[in-house]
Amino acid sequence: MSYKFDFSFLAERWPDFVAGAWLTVQLTVVSIALGLLVGTVCALIKVYGTRWMRAPVGVYVELIRNTPLLVQIFIVYFGLSSLGLKLSAEVSAVIALVVNMGAYTTEIMRAGIQSIQRTQLEAADCLGLTRLQTILHVVLLPAMERVYPALTSQFVLLMLASSITSQISAEELTATANLVQSDTYRSFEVYIVVAVVYLALSFLYRFGFWLIGLMLFQRRRKLGTAL
Amino acid sequence: MPAAEAPIVQIEDVVKEFGPLRVLDGVGFTVARGQVAAIVGRSGSGKSTLLRCIAGLETVQAGSIAVCGHDVGRPGSAARAQLRRDVGMVFQSYNLFPHLTVERNITLALTLVKKQSRDEANAKAAEVLAMVGLTDKRTAYPEQLSGGQQQRVAIARSLALQPQVMLFDEVTSALDPELTAEVLAVMEDLARRGMTMITVTHEMGFARRVADLVVFMHKGKVWEIGPTAELFARPKTAEFSQFVASEL
Amino acid sequence: MIQLNANHFIYLLQAATWTLLLSLIAFAGGSIVGLAVALLRVSRVAALRAIAGGYIQLVQGTPLLIILFLSYFGLGIMGYKLVPIVAAGLSLTLYAAAFLGEIWRGCIEAVPRTQWEASDCLGLNRLQQYAYVVLPQAVKLAIPPTVGFMVQIVKNTSLASVIGFVELARAGQIVNNSTFEPFVIFIVVAAIYFAMCYPLSLAARALERKAHAGR
Repeated sequence: MSYKFDFSFLAERWPDFVAGAWLTVQLTVVSIALGLLVGTVCALIKVYGTRWMRAPVGVYVELIRNTPLLVQIFIVYFGLSSLGLKLSAEVSAVIALVVNMGAYTTEIMRAGIQSIQRTQLEAADCLGLTRLQTILHVVLLPAMERVYPALTSQFVLLMLASSITSQISAEELTATANLVQSDTYRSFEVYIVVAVVYLALSFLYRFGFWLIGLMLFQRRRKLGTAL
Repeated sequence: MPAAEAPIVQIEDVVKEFGPLRVLDGVGFTVARGQVAAIVGRSGSGKSTLLRCIAGLETVQAGSIAVCGHDVGRPGSAARAQLRRDVGMVFQSYNLFPHLTVERNITLALTLVKKQSRDEANAKAAEVLAMVGLTDKRTAYPEQLSGGQQQRVAIARSLALQPQVMLFDEVTSALDPELTAEVLAVMEDLARRGMTMITVTHEMGFARRVADLVVFMHKGKVWEIGPTAELFARPKTAEFSQFVASEL
Repeated sequence: MIQLNANHFIYLLQAATWTLLLSLIAFAGGSIVGLAVALLRVSRVAALRAIAGGYIQLVQGTPLLIILFLSYFGLGIMGYKLVPIVAAGLSLTLYAAAFLGEIWRGCIEAVPRTQWEASDCLGLNRLQQYAYVVLPQAVKLAIPPTVGFMVQIVKNTSLASVIGFVELARAGQIVNNSTFEPFVIFIVVAAIYFAMCYPLSLAARALERKAHAGR
């Protein structure tokens, strides 16, 4: 192989990568938070809602989970734009990622919420707690604790999937890679660097979620046992 | 001992069905303030179902149940909210909230429902924990406690809301004999302090010692009812005689 | 600007067949490599376990898009110019192998210890234990999640559009470039993907329920 590896572009272009990575983090943190909210509400509807409420949620979940994220992003960015709703690449990216995240989170949270036994709800009812209070104080945190590994895996997957938003010119990390490699012709090196950055971000995210878990789930922190 | 005033719990002609199965077939009796009523009977006689109907956890198809003069009401109604204030329920499987400490289990309803401040709620929690003898377990989590201790916390949790009536649904059935005694001691103490109690139980010794009123249920009906001593001394029906004999 | 007509729809359907073809290539390649990865992951040799583990971590921690770019632009610059379908097939194979390897490792480990012990007592060597006792049971456990993962493969073929391979998503972009009706076009594209994926999702769930009922 006569190819000479040349990473010298990094000396000059590293701020671009940092900027790209930072946008990736911003896009995904917002999408994860909103997506979790959407997914939790939909999961509550699926478990406690009436049939008329459950059906649209079910349709939403199946539609999103059986179509590619790339096409969903195109519909939001190009499709809505042609209907007159012109959104920026970043806003479109967040909308598409939130809608996508919401569907996958719904299924995960649904499993968690269903694992809370009916007797817990009865006890809360007998103490006089309203439905909402029961959900907020008795159901949600234990449910999330039970499915936390699956949730955090999904969050990391979303961060990696955000690379797809480069296709609508969101200037995140992958788009930065495309730009730099077209300038420097060092395609292999550039993409290797970006792959390493994504790997680093994956570890960072997992560590961050682990810390958040420690804060949220006090019982687990103190006793170390599973719920 | 029973006071001469309007009954605190009034059950009239209650019918409860689960699909085609009729579990309660015209049940009716009253409990006065300060009385301890023991509901006994074989499995399937409908005793737990009756208790759950009084607690508002099941709806009845016919008849009425009134607590402190108010009907138990439908979920979400003002009558139901009143029922929750008047009635405390202790379950066979304790149903403590596993992700909260003992103290928080007790103060949760105090802060959310009674709108007390954290300090007020914590003070009340300390008071009821002292009554059940578990002051040192204030910051423990349910899984760190024995079954008997968890049940005593469950009793404290209901007690903190200062109900007019407390319902006990076979609260010692899931416990080993040694742990059963500590829970029964707490219940006896409550009775001495004048709490109106309705308890579904298999503990005949407890019923004889503490209950003022015994309700024997059979096939979804109130088969025999009366003051404790009299009922056990002179059973009127063959079924009750057999039941008492089998429980000894 | 051309009006949208039935020919465009037929063009999309034809592209969908390329989606299915690429999916099959990815699944076939991913299965072969994935099986090797799974077996390495349960190997008694720590170094082999580490290699397979490292591979899985690497692939699962990198966006598929980057893997595609590396195999098309990256290798291209190095002198290995792959045509889009080969680059896409290679990338999706590497991607699928990592995930299938993890799924199948879980299934192999889910076969009860007692099966190993019983077959060992009967005198079978390790290869025979795998071939006749453990793998057949692992395969049964593996069917529902594998069918579920096939849905992911079909959806991920859409990324091959980015390196120019004309599958369904790319065909949608091409039609859009001449008719400028992105909303309708991409909704139709989504519908075609749905028609391909939903039956697989249903099948995976049905298989999962059957597997649980049998226990």
